Amino acid sequence: MIVEGKVWKFGDNIDTDIIIPARYLNTSDPQELAKHCMEGIRPDFAQLVREGDIIVAGRNFGCGSSREHAPIAIKAAGIKAVVAKSFARIFYRNAFNIGLPIVEAEKVVDASKEGDVLKIDLDRGEIVNLTQNQTFKIQPLPDFMKELIADGGLIPHLAKKGGY
Amino acid sequence: MGMTITEKILAAHAGLNEVKPGELIKAKVDMALANDITAPLAIKAFKTAKGKQVFAKDKIALVLDHFTPNKDIPSAIQCQEVRKFAKEQGIVHFYDVGEVGIEHVLLPEKGLVLPGDLVIGADSHTCTYGALGAFSTGVGSTDLGAVMLTGEIWLKVPPSIKLVYKGKLPKWITGKDLILYTIGDLGVEGALCKAMEFCGEAIAELSMDGRFTMANMAIEAGAKNGIFAPDEKTEAYVKPRATRPYKIYQSDPDAKYLFVKEYDVAQLEPQVALPHSPDNVKGVSEIGEIKIDQVVIGSCTNGRLEDLRLAASILKGKKVAKGVRCIVIPGSQQVYLDALKEGLIEIFIEAGAAVSTPTCGPCLGGHMGVLGPGEKAISTTNRNFIGRMGHVESEVYLASPAVAAASAITGKIASPEEVL
Ligand code: SF4
Repeated sequence: MIVEGKVWKFGDNIDTDIIIPARYLNTSDPQELAKHCMEGIRPDFAQLVREGDIIVAGRNFGCGSSREHAPIAIKAAGIKAVVAKSFARIFYRNAFNIGLPIVEAEKVVDASKEGDVLKIDLDRGEIVNLTQNQTFKIQPLPDFMKELIADGGLIPHLAKKGGY
Repeated sequence: MGMTITEKILAAHAGLNEVKPGELIKAKVDMALANDITAPLAIKAFKTAKGKQVFAKDKIALVLDHFTPNKDIPSAIQCQEVRKFAKEQGIVHFYDVGEVGIEHVLLPEKGLVLPGDLVIGADSHTCTYGALGAFSTGVGSTDLGAVMLTGEIWLKVPPSIKLVYKGKLPKWITGKDLILYTIGDLGVEGALCKAMEFCGEAIAELSMDGRFTMANMAIEAGAKNGIFAPDEKTEAYVKPRATRPYKIYQSDPDAKYLFVKEYDVAQLEPQVALPHSPDNVKGVSEIGEIKIDQVVIGSCTNGRLEDLRLAASILKGKKVAKGVRCIVIPGSQQVYLDALKEGLIEIFIEAGAAVSTPTCGPCLGGHMGVLGPGEKAISTTNRNFIGRMGHVESEVYLASPAVAAASAITGKIASPEEVL
């Protein structure tokens, strides 16, 4: 699985209220949520983001509440992967479970600038910053995780396969 | 390379010889747990995933402990859903009113979680079972639904941190004081996604009940799990309860830790976490005069027999201060019965405390002691977030059963020294 897209760069401790403010949680419709994605920090994000883009952020991305709405909003906004220095634990689980690939890669975060183009190869365990012509190794995802993401998340994956 | 106890248990359940922190694994689950709040959603996820039959009837525990005996109609409906599912699926370990205890007190007591197990629960305090030398962690309902279907879960191997407690435990110092002190030091994110491994001479001295209390609050430092290497005390606890084989793991001497912290506990005084965070911790002598309206002794943190014994030893022959409500909630039917036989319940009632059937109740502001605006409680529970026990303008102070009992007598937060 390969993701290639433009970088949106964010700092540390991007919490779930920044990703999707609680006042919009009266719906779980992904498209509605996507309209307010990152509104807490960059109000025009939802208009400017393009299908296939990548979020690159600092430490503790997704901290705060356990709301699954946060990765859902990001995914529905068109983001194909999030690369961060670290993720909050429940966000991490929720993201994979809804089929949004996320990668912990400190060096990539430090080296990438807003607008750079990244190519993430989850099979080979590699991220290439095409703008800066730099290649980074990442831990490759195990096969079952790749399948889970390809199927759109844990529940659709299980519905399809009857197991992992 | 050497592995920690956490890494060894994860590797064994993933069918691997070795795992490293950061690695994603798919692991087999020995016990999956949900309660009356989280089970209904997990059941929904299970059904959406086209689940027909759970992976193993005897490896799922459904415990109706939060809002039971049903406090209102919505909670009654939630319990009905779980009851129905348990019956349909023939869930062996289903606990309803009359048999139920607070899940994290009940499961170890019934021998349903054992050393070396991998336990997944739709409840954040599932980390409690680390006291037995098991890997256990909390997840959301969707995850639990998937576990009920497949018997497996994906996990990221956490890096371990080692916490060494040196020195002899002073009088009145309990597992609660050690863990509050630790959370105060590390902060609520200090162990984020990590394994907290507790060891040292003070830990060896600590009872199983004290270890459950410590592992229980690992999540309050953000940890994925807390863990203790099993010793003779663990074996003595587990042997009469286990109905299946279990395995004891120990960390290798050359295991890698993210960092190691040493605490000298010899001079420690009883600890109190002030509102509104479990890391806002001070020694009881440093907090000044705080008048209280309510005392809660119970919960999955401190609702075990030793906790009740400690509270009773202080309340014996004394009276709860006028104007203070003291609520004692044994963590399980067995704890209740043992406390009754030992005469502890009599001591509580004679002191003017209310004793309740086992339930989570006030711990999460559910029922059985919800606070009004401006009220303050000292509680042996594990969270003092804003509004945790009731009104958003109420306050919760967290402490050991000894401090809670002493405070019940004086009507203000007090050290046991002040009343004996
Ligand atoms: S006693 Fe409190 S912390 Fe423990 S399981 Fe019940 S609600 Fe959760």
